[in-house]
Amino acid sequence: MIWNWEFAAEALPLLLRGFGNTLIATVAGTVIAAILGLVIAVAIRGLPRSVNWIVRLLQAFIRNTPLVVQLLFIYYLFAGIPGLVDVPALVIGIIVIGVHYATYMSESYRAGIDAVPQGQREAAIALSLPPVRTFRDVILPQALRATIPSLGNYAVAMFKDTPFLFAISVIELVTTAQQFGAAKFAYTEAFTLAGLIFLAASYPTSLLIQRLERRLATY
Amino acid sequence: MPPTENTPAIEFKDVEKRFGTTTVLKNLNFTISPGERVTLIGPSGSGKTTILRLIMTLEELTGGYIFIDGQPLTHTERNGKRVELPSKTTRAMTTRIGMVFQQFNLFPNMTVLENIIEAPIHVLKKSKDQAVSDARELLAKVGLAEKADEHPSRLSGGQQQRVAIARALAMSPEILLLDEVTSALDPELVGDVLSVLRTIAETTDITMLLVTHEMQFAREVSDRVMMFDGGQVLEEGPPSQIFSSPRHDRTRSFLSSVQ
Ligand SMILES: Nc1ncnc2c1ncn2[C@@H]1O[C@H](COP(=O)(O)OP(=O)(O)OP(=O)(O)O)[C@@H](O)[C@H]1O
Ligand SMILES: [Mg+2]
Repeated sequence: MIWNWEFAAEALPLLLRGFGNTLIATVAGTVIAAILGLVIAVAIRGLPRSVNWIVRLLQAFIRNTPLVVQLLFIYYLFAGIPGLVDVPALVIGIIVIGVHYATYMSESYRAGIDAVPQGQREAAIALSLPPVRTFRDVILPQALRATIPSLGNYAVAMFKDTPFLFAISVIELVTTAQQFGAAKFAYTEAFTLAGLIFLAASYPTSLLIQRLERRLATY
Repeated sequence: MPPTENTPAIEFKDVEKRFGTTTVLKNLNFTISPGERVTLIGPSGSGKTTILRLIMTLEELTGGYIFIDGQPLTHTERNGKRVELPSKTTRAMTTRIGMVFQQFNLFPNMTVLENIIEAPIHVLKKSKDQAVSDARELLAKVGLAEKADEHPSRLSGGQQQRVAIARALAMSPEILLLDEVTSALDPELVGDVLSVLRTIAETTDITMLLVTHEMQFAREVSDRVMMFDGGQVLEEGPPSQIFSSPRHDRTRSFLSSVQ
């Protein structure tokens, strides 16, 4: 038989340890992406046309090159700068994944902001509310309701992209499975369990996002 | 120029409004006195909404000047040149002006009370306690005291519009602009909103500029009716005269079309 329960039992704790890095990367990456994404969205709207094309260009560049290439590029760039040699690969990975997804999330924010009816801005002007106050109290809260579900979906996508961290030798779930599989020649057990762990984490999250989406749909 | 008794609350001077290449208003001149209630009537597309939106600075003034209490609103003349005022100066002027919209435009993310106290706190710098107690008083006036903590989506259109009126009044405006505020309401809800407006007209000296198809209401509350056609004042006068014996055929045919 191809399935060995002993190997499976042995692999599980190791995999869960690797899963720790996967989780850290996802959570920290999501926080960076969510904050930076908003900053990018606001910058594109708020900056004068003469500079905002630079932000747009960078955004398009990051969105249209593979994540794994960006990981390797930044990793080796850091490795070549004397003061930055010791930055842990996980930290580099988190920053790159965070920035990568920020460019996607910024588009969601932008769509959310654009979807706020014009009448809301007009009502704010009629009340003489200053622009920053209008954005904070009127536009952003309404935009976020529309944006949060899609941010959640990007977080799940990011979660599934964490195996790319393997490229810069961060030991996460899939790398652990790979190493275990190679050592014991138990690839089936290792990758099946790794897949199940991913599923166990992302499926409930997707359901949660769907519920959130329904709840946010109405005030 | 310091406001005197003769200073108009609103003055349009050579106002021109273009949307792209279409000129909607051209060489428009008129004044509204403090405390005056003026109804704008006229066929669809004659520029009534545009006039109110220009006063509320929701549209860019492409030519001419608008003065509020004798002070320039968005543009002024300097060394013979027309220059735009800084947005802060304009915003300081608009605090004197309130507007109620056809579609209410309440903030759905806030409760009724929060809608009303937002600007008094952040623009007039009222204390929260003061703003809340003023807001509750206004809500009682529009008959919605018990709805303070509801979100707007839970209210009927007529209730939402009364909240919008309370929200505008919370800024103690000198000028109130009302653009077809009952047009989006079911017929049975119009009465409540009109009676609130009637009370404001009777108990305050706010200058009111309104666009409405409720001719009976216009007749009751207005001091003057201005008939617009093609972006120009076709004729104006007290409601009794305009409604009973209009001078122009176009006014007559317009009136018969809405009644
Ligand atoms: N944003 C815009 N872009 C282009 N044209 C516009 C815009 N807003 C208004 N117009 C045009 O300006 C003219 C005057 O419009 P306005 O809404 O002021 O008319 P109105 O008198 O309020 O009409 P109604 O009785 O239908 O409300 C119309 O011809 C309209 O098509
Ligand atoms: Mg109109």
